[in-house]
Amino acid sequence: MWDKTVIMMIVTGIGETLYMTLGSTLFGYILGLPLGVLLTVTDEDGIRPNRAVYKALDFVTNILRSIPFLILLILVIPLTRIIVGKTYGPTATIVPLTIAAAPFIGRMVESSLKEVDRGVIEAAQSMGASTWQMITKVLLTEARTSLIVNATIAVGTILGYSAMAGTVGGGGLGDIAIQYGYYRYEAGIMIVTVILLILLVQIMQGIGMVISKKIDHRRIK
Amino acid sequence: MEPIIKIEHLNKEFKLKDANVYALQDVTLDINRGDIYGIIGMSGAGKSTLVRCLNLLERPTSGSVIVNGQELQKLSDKELRAARKDIGMIFQHFNLLMQRSVIDNVCFPMELDGVKKTEARSRAMEYLKIVGLEEKANAYPAQLSGGQKQRVAIARVLASDPKILLCDEATSALDPQTTKSILQLIREINREYGITVVIITHEMSVVQEICTHVAIIDHGRLAEHGSVAQIFQTPQTKEAKKLIYQGYEKVTEMKGRHCVRITFSENSSFEPVIGNMVLAYKTPVNILYANTRDIGGVANGEMVLQLPDDRDMADRMISYLKNAKLSVEELKNYVG
Repeated sequence: MWDKTVIMMIVTGIGETLYMTLGSTLFGYILGLPLGVLLTVTDEDGIRPNRAVYKALDFVTNILRSIPFLILLILVIPLTRIIVGKTYGPTATIVPLTIAAAPFIGRMVESSLKEVDRGVIEAAQSMGASTWQMITKVLLTEARTSLIVNATIAVGTILGYSAMAGTVGGGGLGDIAIQYGYYRYEAGIMIVTVILLILLVQIMQGIGMVISKKIDHRRIK
Repeated sequence: MEPIIKIEHLNKEFKLKDANVYALQDVTLDINRGDIYGIIGMSGAGKSTLVRCLNLLERPTSGSVIVNGQELQKLSDKELRAARKDIGMIFQHFNLLMQRSVIDNVCFPMELDGVKKTEARSRAMEYLKIVGLEEKANAYPAQLSGGQKQRVAIARVLASDPKILLCDEATSALDPQTTKSILQLIREINREYGITVVIITHEMSVVQEICTHVAIIDHGRLAEHGSVAQIFQTPQTKEAKKLIYQGYEKVTEMKGRHCVRITFSENSSFEPVIGNMVLAYKTPVNILYANTRDIGGVANGEMVLQLPDDRDMADRMISYLKNAKLSVEELKNYVG
C-alpha cells in the first residue's frame, strides 16, 4: 500500500491543503480586514458612527455566517466557474473558502479592534488624529497581538473547511481521507492524513503564538 | 486681554433610556492665558464632562466653547483636528500606546503631523529630557511606574506644541509623593512655555498646590469661581465651603453659643492675635478648629473660635478681630 505513488499523493495533498488554506486566508483577510475595520468604526460607539453602513454590513455578515459551509460550497459553484473556470480542484475551492472565511474573519477583526482601550483612542483623538490615522496607527497596531492570535484561529478553521471541500472533489488531504478512508475503506491512509491535518494545525498554531508573543509589548518580559 | 478659553452657557444632557441626565447646566467661565485653572467637584459633578467639552471629545448639547478665538462647534472635522493640536490632554490612566516604546509614543503626534522620522526622534529626546525620562526612551509603557507613564504622556503633549494643557484627573491614580512631582512638572511647563493649564480634580490639595484660579462644580452647575486665594479665604457658597472645610462640620457640632470663623493671610499669621485678645479681655476663648495651608506660596490660616456666652463680650471680641484685619465670619447656625 505504501508505494511511491501513495506517498507522492500525500505529499501533493499536503501542498494542496496548504495552498488552499493559506490562499483563502489571504483572500479572506483582503475582504475580512476592511470589513472588520468598517464594522468597528461605523458602530454606534465607533470613531465614525454610521448606522446605515453598520446595519448593512452587519446583516450581510450574519447571513453569510449562517450558511453551513457544505451548502455554501454548492451554492457558489456558478460563481466559482466564472472566476476560476472550473468547479473542482484546489484553486476552485479557494472561492467558497474565501466567501466563508471573509465574514468570519471580519467578526474576529471587529472583536480584536474593539478590545483597544477607549482611553487610548480618545488620547489619539485629542491629538487630532484623522480617521485613517486612527485605524492604521492606533486600532490595528494596538490590537496586533489579538489580531495575530485570531488569524491563527482563522487558519485552523479554514484548514478544517478545506478538508470538508474534499467531499466535492476539492483536493488536498481532506479529499484523500475521503477517497481512501470513506470510499475504499483504507483506514491506514485515512489515519495518516488525519494525523497530518492535526500536525499542520498544531504547527500553524505554534507559529502564530510565537509571533503574537514576540510583538506584544504589553507585558514585561 | 481676550481669554484663551471662553465657555458660554454650556449645557450637556445625556439621554438615557428612562431619564435625561443634565451633566452640565448653564456653565459660563473664562480662562485666561497663563492661568492654572482648577476645576473641582465631587465625583459625578460634571467636571470631567466639562473638560471633555473643551476639545469636543464630548459634544455639548448647547452653548459655546471658544478656544483661541475659534468656536469649536462651528469648525469642520478637519479644522477641529487642527484646533485639537493646540489643546493637549493628559488622563487619569495615562492612555499611552502600549505597543509603542516611550520614544515612539512621544513621536506619535509628530508622526500625525508628518514630521520626518529623524527630526521627530531628536525632538522627542528633547521632550523626554524635560520630563526627566531620556534614559527610558526605548522602554515600553508596561515597564514604567504610574508617575513615569504620566511623564511620558506629558512629553507626548509637549510634542504637539500646544497652547493649552487639559488634565483630566491626571494625578488621581498616583500616590501623594508622585502627585507632587507631577504637579511640579506641570507648573514648570506652565511657566517655561506659557501653556495655559486646566486641571480637573476632586482633590483640594491639588488645587492648593498649583492652581491660580479655581471653579467649583456641583451637580452640573458652576457654584463659584475666582482666584484660589479669594475662594479659600472667603468661600461664598455652601458647595465651596463643603469642599474647603472638609471634616470641619464635625468639629462645629460642639455646642457653642457664638462661633466665628476667622481667616488670616501671610501678613497677620505671625502676630499672636488670639493670644493678645485673650490677654486684653482676660476671657478665654475655645479654639475649635485651626488649620494653616500653603496656597500658592502664601501661608493662609483659618480658625473656628467659640466665644464667651456673654453676647456683649463676644461682640467686642469680634470687633477686636476685625480691627486686627482678619476676616471674621459669624457661624450663625451654631449659635445655641
